[in-house]
Amino acid sequence: MMRKERIDRGVRVRTAGLYAIASWQEILYLVGPPLFLIVGAIILPILLEFAPYWKRVINIVCVYAIIALSFDFLANFVGLVCLGGAFFVGIGGYLSAIFNVYLHFPVYLSIPLATISGAVISTVLLMPALPLRGVYFAIVTLMYPLLATRVIEALNIMGGTNGIIGLDSLPNAYVEHYMVIIVMLIFLYGMRRFVNQDMGLVIRGVKDNDQAVRASGISVTKMKAFAVFVSSFMGCFAGAYIAHMYSWAGISLFALDFSIIPIASVVIGGGGTLLGAVLGSFILVPISELLRNFGTFRIVIYCVILTGFIVFKSEGIMVYAMRKYHQFERWVKV
Amino acid sequence: MSDDTILSVQGISKTFGGLKALMDVSFDIRRGEVYGIIGPNGSGKTTLINCITGFIKPGGGKVIFKGKDITRWAPHKIAHIGISRTFQIMRPYYSLPAYKNLIIPLWSPRAKTVGGWRGGGRHGDRDTVAVDILEEIGFERDSRVPYKLASTLPTGYQKRLELARCMAMRPEIIFCDEVFSGLSMSEIAGMLPLIEKMKEEGITLIMVEHRLRELFRVADRVMALNFGEKIAEGLSSVVIENKKVKEAYLGKEEV
Repeated sequence: MMRKERIDRGVRVRTAGLYAIASWQEILYLVGPPLFLIVGAIILPILLEFAPYWKRVINIVCVYAIIALSFDFLANFVGLVCLGGAFFVGIGGYLSAIFNVYLHFPVYLSIPLATISGAVISTVLLMPALPLRGVYFAIVTLMYPLLATRVIEALNIMGGTNGIIGLDSLPNAYVEHYMVIIVMLIFLYGMRRFVNQDMGLVIRGVKDNDQAVRASGISVTKMKAFAVFVSSFMGCFAGAYIAHMYSWAGISLFALDFSIIPIASVVIGGGGTLLGAVLGSFILVPISELLRNFGTFRIVIYCVILTGFIVFKSEGIMVYAMRKYHQFERWVKV
Repeated sequence: MSDDTILSVQGISKTFGGLKALMDVSFDIRRGEVYGIIGPNGSGKTTLINCITGFIKPGGGKVIFKGKDITRWAPHKIAHIGISRTFQIMRPYYSLPAYKNLIIPLWSPRAKTVGGWRGGGRHGDRDTVAVDILEEIGFERDSRVPYKLASTLPTGYQKRLELARCMAMRPEIIFCDEVFSGLSMSEIAGMLPLIEKMKEEGITLIMVEHRLRELFRVADRVMALNFGEKIAEGLSSVVIENKKVKEAYLGKEEV
């Protein structure tokens, strides 16, 4: 009888993150993939110089990648499944509009201010939901963006259904591209580093066994609140950026798209890898642009892709690719 | 209540709906002793621990630790002042390697205030300190065991890991909720010296156990619970001869 055997490639020694490097080949093996991603992301706007439509898509891809990162972090590292990604986007967008249009702050001030204050506000508003777990937290967070939309409509505040118009746009197209690309890379590699730091391990501990974290003298609510702050920080940046990109902040910032497409990206890319969230957005968002000609029919194609992934490769592309990269397989006789 | 009493439990009661899980349970624990709590299934042993460590709010009564009333405190605050516990159903942090499991207690505010371990220093490298603790608790330092994922460890090591998680907090009291259950005789034989060692280090141990023979080898005093009531307390040899305890375990003699 034959059996498939998987063996780690020689460069990985003892634990993940601790390597013994002997040759250029091994160094390339380790730094190759991240280098490819970083350099690729940075030269992409230049490569797409002759396709102005697709250059614009880069921004949207990166925005979705950031929201997907925020979802992946909360769901797969903290254990809070947050269906309210749009809530963070909306809060960030509206705050940025208030700072820029009503208070006349310049763009470079309104985006960071909206990011930080938005994260604080989102965390405070989500506080009551923090003791909830699993599907209950998901339901409550799903309600938040819907609630925000209705409140703005009903009270006719902040521009009502028309939204706030006339935000300053970013000075030129290159600033627009590189701002979001660089912030996305910082968030991606910052989060990858953070989840393996000691504090990141504590937050992952909350997902595995919150009772044991309590028994270790650490307040679980505090850790969850901090995690929500980090996650909403990313979401609010995405929102503030979109508002400035479109020079407009309206209730469509609370649209379900901003909650659902990032989740689909994480499913396709592979949950719990963070890189998968970015990869998923880079696949899914351009597909959705390509299918724009099909009108509403594109939802059908979209669903087929998603169903296919969930049924046949539920681990996601990234987990699969990482396994193929780090291990080799061979058939052995049993 | 004598001077060397470290923990005093006074009249703890707890009801779940109509079920009286604990009725007016009181006992004092002296500093540095090993105190056993025994009783048949469902007699309220784990509920008692949960009430003392704050995971369940008791219905009535008081818990006094070193003269301070800690009744109804949040669990992480109780852990912070030095009362640690293991869980009956072990659930290590499955997605982390064994030694990374200890980073979490070592990161806690208590570990920062009471200082690190053995040269780890106040801001010592937590990874090294974690492997030190695991070695003390019986993981072979130079093997691969401390670096394996916690989910792949055998039961014996997972139980040790539970204890190590408590030890990393440098607690004054450890509540051990059935650390011997599910272990083979040889694994228990390996655990007993550990208990002795903790006792020598001056840690007060409260052990909830079903394995009476092993418990009596280490326990100084024993309390027996039945249907949420304290039915006996004292030296183990005395408690086991107690008529009520025999009845609780074996049933009443037919007259």
